[in-house]
Amino acid sequence: MSRHALDPRTAATFPIAAHALLGDSQLRSNVRHATDVIQNKRGMVVDEMPDWQELRESGKRLREHTMQHLDFYLEQFERNCIAAGGVVHWARDAEEARTIVVKLAKAANASEVIKIKSMTTEEIFLNPALSAAGIVPFETDLAELIIQLGGDQPSHIVVPALHKNRQQIRDLFMREMNLPELGHTPEALADAARLYLRHKFLTVPTAVSGANFLIAETGGVCVVESEGNGRMCLTLPETLITIAGIDKVIPRFQDLEVLLQLLPRSATGERMNPYNSIWTGVYPGDGPKNFHVVLLDNARTEILADTEGRQTLHCIRCGACQNACPVYRQTGGHAYGSVYAGPIGAILTPQLQQMHHAQSLPYASSLCGACYEVCPVKINIPEVLIHLRNKVVVQNGPITPEALAMRTMASIFRSERRFRAAQRLGRIAELPLVRKDARGVGWISWLPGPLGGWTQVRDLQAMPNQTFRDWFENRATPEGGGDGV
Amino acid sequence: MRVSLFITCYNDTLFPNTGKAVVRVLERLGHSVDFPKGQTCCGQMHYNTGYQTEAMPLLERFVEQFRQSEVVVVPSSSCVAMMRDHYPLMATQIARKNGRTELVREVEALLPRIYEFSEFLTQKLGLEDVGAYFPHRVTYHASCHGLRNLQLGDGPKQLLQNVRGIDLVPLIGLEQCCGFGGTFAIKNADVSSAMLAEKLDGVLNTQAEVCTACDNSCLMHIQGALHRQQTGVRTLHLAEILASDEAGMQ
Repeated sequence: MSRHALDPRTAATFPIAAHALLGDSQLRSNVRHATDVIQNKRGMVVDEMPDWQELRESGKRLREHTMQHLDFYLEQFERNCIAAGGVVHWARDAEEARTIVVKLAKAANASEVIKIKSMTTEEIFLNPALSAAGIVPFETDLAELIIQLGGDQPSHIVVPALHKNRQQIRDLFMREMNLPELGHTPEALADAARLYLRHKFLTVPTAVSGANFLIAETGGVCVVESEGNGRMCLTLPETLITIAGIDKVIPRFQDLEVLLQLLPRSATGERMNPYNSIWTGVYPGDGPKNFHVVLLDNARTEILADTEGRQTLHCIRCGACQNACPVYRQTGGHAYGSVYAGPIGAILTPQLQQMHHAQSLPYASSLCGACYEVCPVKINIPEVLIHLRNKVVVQNGPITPEALAMRTMASIFRSERRFRAAQRLGRIAELPLVRKDARGVGWISWLPGPLGGWTQVRDLQAMPNQTFRDWFENRATPEGGGDGV
Repeated sequence: MRVSLFITCYNDTLFPNTGKAVVRVLERLGHSVDFPKGQTCCGQMHYNTGYQTEAMPLLERFVEQFRQSEVVVVPSSSCVAMMRDHYPLMATQIARKNGRTELVREVEALLPRIYEFSEFLTQKLGLEDVGAYFPHRVTYHASCHGLRNLQLGDGPKQLLQNVRGIDLVPLIGLEQCCGFGGTFAIKNADVSSAMLAEKLDGVLNTQAEVCTACDNSCLMHIQGALHRQQTGVRTLHLAEILASDEAGMQ
């Protein structure tokens, strides 16, 4: 798989990408197993919370408030970060962000950087840009290391290598780390990764991180993680460059009380993350001496300007919607053609592309609502999906076959007479396709054109001879009519 | 009580037996049923596919047909969810366009009188036993809109548990979508099929003769595969099971 495989600008449409992935039974079984495990863990630690719904409501209001005053909180963060010794950079888009990071890394004389897992750096394709500038990026998060060593792409925002199983990871480590022997246990695999990474932690003086939260009140940056590799990257190097979307800001330190309850329980099914790091500026003799924050817009202000799409920015990247999504569960993340997969990806990616690409994603959902149900900040993802579908329809214009069919249907539904005529016509039109079964019931097992998707694996019962309204009108008396049932 | 029936466009056309069953149950319980003639479609398919403009007049039509009704019963969770979740905002948008501010109030006044069929029985009438007899092995599929948008909870199951002779078997993966999703089944036919395969495994594992639900849309989807695979398992709307008694069977 090429490095740019998850570029929404060039990715295949969702149905086409999904078709290919559905044929990979190993991947599907890995995804099903992993999402089942995480969902069960989440279920247990959410059910034990008596005030989970109140917490969700608090999280929602907190994020709503922040987005309403985003300009204020961003500037407050900037002031406080600078006051604490940090340097703040503003990046309009991915290209600007890449240029800033490469320049900063070069200024630090870096030939290598160590990285904490960051989906934002994946969003802006930072690694290829660093490599092109002669700077080798080393992913230190175990899952991101697996992705990097395998030349693979992340398929989940919290568990990027979720589509790989232990055996596949063991084979990869043996091959890429030149290990003639390696055990099968999770401990053995973690040991191998630790030995591989330890040398990098101790020798590479420049680190790149993302951020879970930017605290406006203090100018601090918060990262939560499970392995402690992030903590190494945050403390050992001389120079630390943090890249964060402008949506990551929160008003107060105290707000972490809500968010750090919602996030770990939703993301990994843990009561608390094993490592919660908050760093504020620089301190003599402790931690990085140079600290930079790159604040990334990359179309987020356009999302902010759209009152119906805005709630997309409330996301705290827990991935619970991915685990709960029956569509993601079948295809895994790569089908979404973006580092942001699953339901949140289906609404975030098209908006980050300003609706110029990824128009098939808002349709990659049955609108079942499982995502909304688990979202810790109550993003009504189905509502946003429908909103984006409307944008796609408007964009495609009135002349597509679908638009014509939809307008015809709407016109039929606007008149009782036309509706009745269409019902009669439907019965006649379907006749050539109907085959009677042994019980005399008519079935259709082949449909033309786009409708053929239905009859791939399903039959369709033929239309009955009488509509309900005809029956209701013709029944003799209210009481007597029921006997016809 | 005088109940106005909104049958929905696809039940009217494809599943008239469901409508007959609703009428039978309601009349058996002593209520009268009327059918506003001009009713057609709630606009769900258009709205959910992105054709908001086309859905708007269908809201106006629905309100026109049912504004006088004492209660409206709808044998489809997804259509009721469409109204509850989207009609208020749609009405505001229409009012903003043509100045019909009374539409917003009419929708506000009408929505609390609209019930999904099982919801009407359990919540409005407070019934769990409607005097049905159905001596078959049955499993219940909770449609997503009933489960999440309407929060039907155990209502439909309680109605089924009180059916005489029934052998009700729980469905594993109850909360999982069957993969229908309206135009999703066409636009993403492959993923929809994969989701359906999982649902079918669950249904077949119950060894039920009948799979039931509060939505014929999900059932049409499930039934399509049950028939294609010649499983012999039938699908029936909940109303059709509740309408069955010693005198007559579905």
